[in-house]
Amino acid sequence: MSTQEILETPAPRKPWAQTPIDKAKTAAIFIASVLIAMGLVASTPLSGKLAFAAIFFVVYLLIDFVVSFLKAGRPAAVDSLFRGLVTTTIIIAVTPIVSILVTVWARGHKGLHWTLFTRDMHNNAFTDPVSQGGLLHAIIGTFLLVFFAMLISVPIGILTALYLTEVRGRFTRPIDFLVQAMSGVPSIVAGLFIYAAILVPLTKTVNGIQGSLALAILMIPTVARTSQEVLKLIPSDLREAGVALGGTQWRSVALVVVPAARSGLITAMILGVARVAGETAPILLLTGGSGTKNYNVFSGSLGSLPNYIWQGFNAGTPESITRAWAGILVLLAIVVILFTAARILGNRKVGKK
Amino acid sequence: MTIEPGESQGEEMETTTSKGSLSDISAARLQKQPGNSALGVGLEARGVHAWFGEKHALANVSLDFWPGTVTALIGPSGCGKSTFIRTLNRMHEFIPGAAMAGEVLLNGEDIYAPGVDVTKIRLKVGMVFQKPNPFPSMTIAENVLAGLKLAQLKVDNKGELLEECLERAGLWSEVKDRLNTHGGALSGGQQQRLCIARALAVRPQVLLMDEPCSALDPGSTLRIEETISQLSSSVTIVIVTHNMQQAARVSDYTAFFLSDGGPGQMIEVGSTNEMFSRPKDKRTENYVTGRFG
Amino acid sequence: MTQAPAEIPAKREITTKPRFSDRVFRAVVTSGGLSSLVILGLILLFLLFNGYSTLKSQGIHFLTSSNWQAVVNDAGQFDAKNSHFGIAAMLIGTMIVAVIAVFIGVPISVGAAIYLTFYAPAFVKKIMVSAIDLMAAFPSVLFGLWGFFVLESSGEYWAKLLNKYFSWIPIFKLPAPYVNRSPFIAGLVLAVMIIPIVTSISREIFSQTPLDRIQAAYALGGTRFAMLRAVAFPYARSGIVGGVMLGLGRAMGETVAVYTVLNIVYQVNWHILFSAGGNVASMILLKFGDASPQEIKALMAAGLVLFVMTLIVNSLANLIVARTGKSGR
Repeated sequence: MSTQEILETPAPRKPWAQTPIDKAKTAAIFIASVLIAMGLVASTPLSGKLAFAAIFFVVYLLIDFVVSFLKAGRPAAVDSLFRGLVTTTIIIAVTPIVSILVTVWARGHKGLHWTLFTRDMHNNAFTDPVSQGGLLHAIIGTFLLVFFAMLISVPIGILTALYLTEVRGRFTRPIDFLVQAMSGVPSIVAGLFIYAAILVPLTKTVNGIQGSLALAILMIPTVARTSQEVLKLIPSDLREAGVALGGTQWRSVALVVVPAARSGLITAMILGVARVAGETAPILLLTGGSGTKNYNVFSGSLGSLPNYIWQGFNAGTPESITRAWAGILVLLAIVVILFTAARILGNRKVGKK
Repeated sequence: MTIEPGESQGEEMETTTSKGSLSDISAARLQKQPGNSALGVGLEARGVHAWFGEKHALANVSLDFWPGTVTALIGPSGCGKSTFIRTLNRMHEFIPGAAMAGEVLLNGEDIYAPGVDVTKIRLKVGMVFQKPNPFPSMTIAENVLAGLKLAQLKVDNKGELLEECLERAGLWSEVKDRLNTHGGALSGGQQQRLCIARALAVRPQVLLMDEPCSALDPGSTLRIEETISQLSSSVTIVIVTHNMQQAARVSDYTAFFLSDGGPGQMIEVGSTNEMFSRPKDKRTENYVTGRFG
Repeated sequence: MTQAPAEIPAKREITTKPRFSDRVFRAVVTSGGLSSLVILGLILLFLLFNGYSTLKSQGIHFLTSSNWQAVVNDAGQFDAKNSHFGIAAMLIGTMIVAVIAVFIGVPISVGAAIYLTFYAPAFVKKIMVSAIDLMAAFPSVLFGLWGFFVLESSGEYWAKLLNKYFSWIPIFKLPAPYVNRSPFIAGLVLAVMIIPIVTSISREIFSQTPLDRIQAAYALGGTRFAMLRAVAFPYARSGIVGGVMLGLGRAMGETVAVYTVLNIVYQVNWHILFSAGGNVASMILLKFGDASPQEIKALMAAGLVLFVMTLIVNSLANLIVARTGKSGR
């Protein structure tokens, strides 16, 4: 055993990684499955893309099973069958997302034009040609609805999260439980509640703020839960440092904890907004759906994007449905932008500004 | 240099507290000679390197494990001994970013060769971990036979195998009346012996033990050491330990690992008695006499 | 010293009198924290208050009868005597579409979670997780329109296949050859809608599987599937049941998507492929537009039933999930 000789360090290997031969085998099975599936679709009464996909998965799993069985026996074959199955499920799970995005673009972009963002519908019906009218009023309405919902729900949501992580009083467990229960409240129930609590006894008519209140109910659990997760990540020595320096708990929370969690709290807010921006059911009960711009949430019918989409869809003509899809495209763009912003902010390290 | 008492209890205490104890303990063992045995050709590491991402954790370890012997891997923490033992049954590759170089030969065949079925390797080279990890959803009996279920092996007489494995792990008399209760109720030492029985049930040729006693109390440690001694006639054992008395008590051969800031290396290997009485390398001497580590 | 030295002194209580600013802070935060209790309480109270007259006049028939008639007499007055409100058909419809959604959505979600936790390469995992989380933020009206215009045709295709080969099972029979806008298709849309939540909860639970047990399974020569079966499934089982129930709760309360996709007919229909069905939430939306004040009270009662149902399902689900998260199993 000579350790004297000077040895060069060999290159790191990963013998467990797939070799080119393995990859070629996988590719061969894949191509064979495609061909067999195409053959079956062409030669039997089964037809269509769906049939093709289904046959392909079955054929692929079968061939893969047999090949693994011949190579390494039953356990390996079952393992590889299961791998194939879960891979299939993730493909099925992601397919609707792709399909939805493609559909919204394909059907919605026909209804896009620049005046969409500068005009409203007060002179037009949904059945008018798509180039007429616009959804400026709906964007304004959705913005107002969401803004006021935010004004109500963000303080409540963050206070709830602070109670659950900082104060930890004797109601911590029940409140934690209730916040989770609240996240399951159906949106139509939130709408009915505001209808019963405010519209019937007080206002007796539709207006924007009622919609905001209903949205706030749906938004509070999202804001509270996300904020709670963020505040949990703040290291406790940061809190103790604040208190040990002679600060009160209030100062420690206001000057140390909340600033450290700031980007996370903004993320919570954005996720809450994304959750409710497209909420339709309570809007239909509470806000009305005026086609005219309305900047006052406290009086008058307020149009909004969900309402615009709903009216377009229910009017049922090709023009109105194209309008609805254009509305969805705008709404989806807003949701995706908000979601991406939340992701980028949320990926920042907690504690950094 | 005296070794702190309290590491172990019972008769062994007398010998461990006296001076020069490690070589005395190791000399008291019947030295096994290397050679062919009925257990197969054995396990050989040839120039093994290991990486975690960019970090070179282990460099150029070549080591033979003779059939039917106990080899202890000692060294301070971070010296690569645990990494090395995990390359021996291909558990190393579960760490993301892991890579390796060199060969590990089991009965003359490279376990890292392309096309080798890794699950078959792990059946031949079993492993016992630092923390006892019985499956909590299974009963004691199911735990012992879990390997058969996992690898879908067929056995004619499960009852016999169950008794034999628990007997070999030194647990049969303690659990024979409650085989169908859950393993979670056992003490830590019993759980670890249950894990040994579980590893034995698939009839491995080699048993790797990664600090099997570090989470246990001294009494349980002694029981495990007895078990190891009894097993060593029928299975090749490789044990990682940071407890030098344990190495002296249970092993036939000892390999000393050390890292000088760079990748861990094997400094010296030899019969346990020699390693503790007349080590060749100054660093080994410093370590076994307790000057560092 | 006159006292015996061995006597153990009484424990002193460590008390800190909070400063005034802290007491204000705690009061404000606590009142904010209690808001969820207040809101849930108010929802219950107002729906009960408004729905009480209906519940009282209809009694148990509100839940067991499928007769919904708001009769207006010749004078244009609401005729309480001849009006009947019973939501049995819609309750059954709610359960049918929600169960179909769970039946289809859960295997897909759990499989996807297993793939993401134990199989996916890091970059695939990142993209897929983002995509599925994004889907959770899609508005339900979007799912509704997508279901109506896109999924409908595939759904009809599958419905015809099911009817062709499995019509010996009663629920796949068709009383008339109409397979469009059926509970089956509504269930498909809801299945897609619950995939994000069930996937993310299952993924979270699977990722907590103790590493030492996973390693033990591999070290015994187990394949990945054998490891999953011996270690990950037993560990995650009850948590996934909780996730499934959360999905069920979501599916039960969905309004707009069901309204868009389903042909709402006020009758009990067990033939899931047949073009008739409904659920409580979509029924409320459907009847709300031209309902008299008395009928709205009946709808409030229906909302109360829906609220209580989802609350129970969600609470059970959360209890189960929380229990799995804490215990070692």
